[in-house]
Amino acid sequence: MNIDSIQNGIVIDHITPGKGMRLYDLLNLDKLDASVAIIKKVTSNKMGRKDIIKIDATIPVDLAVIGYVDPGATVNIIRDGQLISKQNIDMPSELVNVVKCKNPRCITSTEQELPHIFRLTDPVNKVYRCVYCETQGSR
Amino acid sequence: MKSVINIRDLSLEEIDELIQTALDIIDDPAAYARSCLGRILATLFFEPSTRTRLSFESAMYGLGGNVISVAGADSSSAAKGESIADTAKTVSCYADIMAMRHPKEGAALVAANNASIPVINAGDGGHYHPTQTLTDLLTIWREKGRFTGLTVGLCGDLKFGRTVHSLITALSCYSGIRFYLISPEELKLPSYVKKDVLHSGGIPYVQTTSMEIALPELDILYMTRVQRERFFNEEDYLRLKDSYILTPERLKKAKPDMSIMHPLPRVNEISVAVDADPRACYFKQVLNGKYIRMALILKLLQEAGTL
Repeated sequence: MNIDSIQNGIVIDHITPGKGMRLYDLLNLDKLDASVAIIKKVTSNKMGRKDIIKIDATIPVDLAVIGYVDPGATVNIIRDGQLISKQNIDMPSELVNVVKCKNPRCITSTEQELPHIFRLTDPVNKVYRCVYCETQGSR
Repeated sequence: MKSVINIRDLSLEEIDELIQTALDIIDDPAAYARSCLGRILATLFFEPSTRTRLSFESAMYGLGGNVISVAGADSSSAAKGESIADTAKTVSCYADIMAMRHPKEGAALVAANNASIPVINAGDGGHYHPTQTLTDLLTIWREKGRFTGLTVGLCGDLKFGRTVHSLITALSCYSGIRFYLISPEELKLPSYVKKDVLHSGGIPYVQTTSMEIALPELDILYMTRVQRERFFNEEDYLRLKDSYILTPERLKKAKPDMSIMHPLPRVNEISVAVDADPRACYFKQVLNGKYIRMALILKLLQEAGTL
């Protein structure tokens, strides 16, 4: 399968297979007015299989989102066809308005203006909990 | 501005200090009768309560302070759709400290984030109820004289019972604590409490559906009510509400010095015949609740520089 290289844009690489679409959704790439390629389950020497997202535009990418969904992913910035930076992603300590709390008893279910905040409570098991009700966030 | 939303907002030293203050108040209430003269407590209760609201108000009066209150979402601007943040900012203009109960989890945290006065969480849905935990700790201290080396049975609704979650969190800080978690399958302790508190702290516990197995082992039996208001489905409530009923007959298996506690209100989970048993201390708990809230109000007002 051929996906053209991009000249100026971003490649999110080393995505755990199957998490590409989740990242696409949470990064709101569907709203982006540029070409985006999601390449699923390609062969990888390092990972066996991986997903890749190629964005044909230089846009600010919310690294916290990537760190939350898939901290093993890397973000490559491409300019004039050249790789100019490669960034490994850490898990963010806090996420604001990335995922919504699904607990119907949580105060965020009735107070529409409240930011949905999740905090990293267990880095080993990558567990994030809502700061208001402590419900675990779905990754 | 220090607020108390979760029992973890207080260090062990602070809890010890609060218990000591409460014991001092019990010894000499007159010495504290003018401590909060001219200060105002606002009680905001968006969910029904008898004991908690009255104990906060009684506590403030016991300290010589005044009380303003909102009881029920219907009688406040919440009924007009006012946010908790705006309510907290408004109440900060009228009072020196506020106690708030709300049916939604996290409501008190939102209030604390927006208030300019200390906020005490008087219960946020099925989540936390730290002053009940302080009440329970004062009661355990007065009944047992220690927090260490106790075997504590928690019985009934361990899923939605906020008092249970907070008490487990608090007692897990002391050495030699063991828990018996007695509940029907559907009302078991949530996995996050087990994982974050019991497993991470290496606290031994037994999870069982049988009260009979646990009773002979216990130093304290903490009974809870199956709470109708936590169920979305009436059928589930009716099926589970009579799961455990403590009777004099059942108590024959318990230690002679076991303390029976209950955050109240009870429905039928403790037979009225048990009230006469010297091991029953749930009404002493109610009184302890007033004293520990007096101690907490004093501490928070002092730390806020209001006293």
